[in-house]
Amino acid sequence: MKKLLPLAVGIAAIAATSGAYATTLEDVKSADVLKCGVSTGLAGFATPDDAGNWQGLDVDLCRAVAAAVLGDSEKVEFVPLSSKVRFEVLKSGEIDVLSRVTTWTLTRDVGLGLNFAGVNYYDGQGFMVSKELGVNSASELDGASVCIQTGTTTELNLSEYFRLNNMTYEPVPVETSAEGRSAYSAGRCDIYTTDASALAAQRSGLENPADHIILPEIISKEPLGPVVRHGDDQWFDIVKWTHNAMLNAEELGVTSANAMERSKDASNPAVQKLLGTADAGLGAQLGLSEDWAMNIITQVGNYSESFERNVGAETPLKLARGLNALWTNGGIQYAPPIK
Amino acid sequence: MSEQTRDYVLGEHPELPAPDQRSGFVKWAMENLFSSIGNSVVTIVGLYILYLVIPPFIQWAIIDSVVLGAESRRECQAINPDGACWAFIYRRWDQFVYGFYPAPERWRVNLSFVFVAIIIAIALVEKLRAIKGAIWVALALVAACAILIVGGMFGLDRVPTNKFGGFMLTLIIGLTGIFASLPIGIVLALSRLSSLPIFSIFATIFIEFIRGVPLITLLFIASTLLSYFLPPGTNFDLLVRVLIMVTLFSAAYLAEVIRGGLAAIPRGQYEAADALGLSYWKSMRLIILPQALKISIPGIVSSFIGLFKDTTLVLIIGLLDPLGIGQAAIADVKWIALSNELYVFIALFFFVFCFSMSRYSLYLERKLHTGHKR
Repeated sequence: MKKLLPLAVGIAAIAATSGAYATTLEDVKSADVLKCGVSTGLAGFATPDDAGNWQGLDVDLCRAVAAAVLGDSEKVEFVPLSSKVRFEVLKSGEIDVLSRVTTWTLTRDVGLGLNFAGVNYYDGQGFMVSKELGVNSASELDGASVCIQTGTTTELNLSEYFRLNNMTYEPVPVETSAEGRSAYSAGRCDIYTTDASALAAQRSGLENPADHIILPEIISKEPLGPVVRHGDDQWFDIVKWTHNAMLNAEELGVTSANAMERSKDASNPAVQKLLGTADAGLGAQLGLSEDWAMNIITQVGNYSESFERNVGAETPLKLARGLNALWTNGGIQYAPPIK
Repeated sequence: MSEQTRDYVLGEHPELPAPDQRSGFVKWAMENLFSSIGNSVVTIVGLYILYLVIPPFIQWAIIDSVVLGAESRRECQAINPDGACWAFIYRRWDQFVYGFYPAPERWRVNLSFVFVAIIIAIALVEKLRAIKGAIWVALALVAACAILIVGGMFGLDRVPTNKFGGFMLTLIIGLTGIFASLPIGIVLALSRLSSLPIFSIFATIFIEFIRGVPLITLLFIASTLLSYFLPPGTNFDLLVRVLIMVTLFSAAYLAEVIRGGLAAIPRGQYEAADALGLSYWKSMRLIILPQALKISIPGIVSSFIGLFKDTTLVLIIGLLDPLGIGQAAIADVKWIALSNELYVFIALFFFVFCFSMSRYSLYLERKLHTGHKR
């Protein structure tokens, strides 16, 4: 029994230290930097530019959270992650938020013990084929070989879609989107399948983009969004409302250029509440300063600015707003009000 | 005895062919490339294949290529659509070398590169090594490099290790693995052969476990699993964990290579050492290891080359080595789809390093050769 005593004391000590776990918000504030998991390189969502600065829609979300929490959108440590390790890395506490084109599913939300803090891009899985194949619809793809990224929801969707339509396929597993594109352009597979947003980027990189078509069928729902760990509701709220603040700003017409000016205009209470000039104490409820949303909008911009800068019509990706337009413009991006 | 004996008779000489008049390249080619019909056919087919492959490659990679003056793949193609577009490597050279190391601090990395060159020179060139105190200089430089690169003292800003990337990261992982795993490997090999069961059992379990697990699995353990075991709040740097895993992995392989070398030393050498009254460590240091390591050189260098190339695996756990930097670069819409250029470039980088290692090992073998060569 005596021998067991030190062991018991040790276990008790460990239990005590884990009981005194700091919240994610405290961790981020004390480190003065937000650790954000992003893609290892996906056009429009997360890529380093020539100067080494990360750019993209997912990257902007990280920057927005940093702006809200730390007041500076530059205080982000980007951790590039492959699709295989992203959840393990998030759960082990190596990163504070995962913003890496991650599809919201029940299994991931519940089974993996994660929380999805919203949807920053509504996507769907599509197919790209060479025009030479003479295929016009996904229902004609029986027996084709398919390049597919492993460890993603696209893998599951693909097998289900082919099974439902009584077709067979031969998978050609690839690790990254760059590898997928090279395999496809080298003719190792007939079809390249991934989220439609990524397909557009991949097609623009092919030898002759006009020789390839993206088939009209979208075979899945891919709501992509930022993810946090279960068990820290305050942090979950912060990430969720960061995204909501960007959407509300777009809806209210508040941009990075006019936010300062609009905050002084007392005529619109919704804008005042968003920008923290109404003295409603909304920031304090999140555990943040009152100018949290002001920082997001002046430093990163509203959702529309981020979208157009990274994936919109002016970029080589040329993605239309489509489903990602605000509900007032016929899309499904709908954020609860900030009040 | 018989009539055929060739006794020299005055005024006569045996009918021998004239000496070979050919010399130089012609002689070499006739003897090696065209000595028979079969050989000639193989030579001609081989030359034809080289003719098919090399000129178009040179045309693509050098003559038609675009290095400067292009800001994107589209501009590259506007200049010359048939050539390689090296422009992205030129534009992102700093990223390929330093990763995301902050620009104003890069002189620290450059200085470290100089130090590393000196350390390698001391380690490899015998004349330098022979200078008194050289080894202490080398050790001091290693410490200086670590302080310079990581910072956090002597007024240098601390640079978080996740900013490391590119060639710098490959060199850090590769060189640390190489220099740290050799002593550990020697100790493991000696323990495995030890007559004390506690040493030999521990070493055997360790070696067999590490060798039985793929490096990528060890890296996954390092990147994700470890933080479950460590007490909450401890921040054990990812790069340090990777360095430890890579070193242990390489040490386990080296231990087996060195054990092979030890096994090849004749029993008489051990007995002779004992007969001289040398202690265990002295007999190892003065008699056994110098011979065992000498015969293990090719195996050791093979392990090092393997280790150096394995550093690209860190890409999977999110460290951006040159391959990772490159893949991120060609995911950017500006440079999308330049994978041929990227892989040729990365291949060249690794080839230069690995080939140098292999040549040095040959040189060392020749220099240390003392007589058993067949």
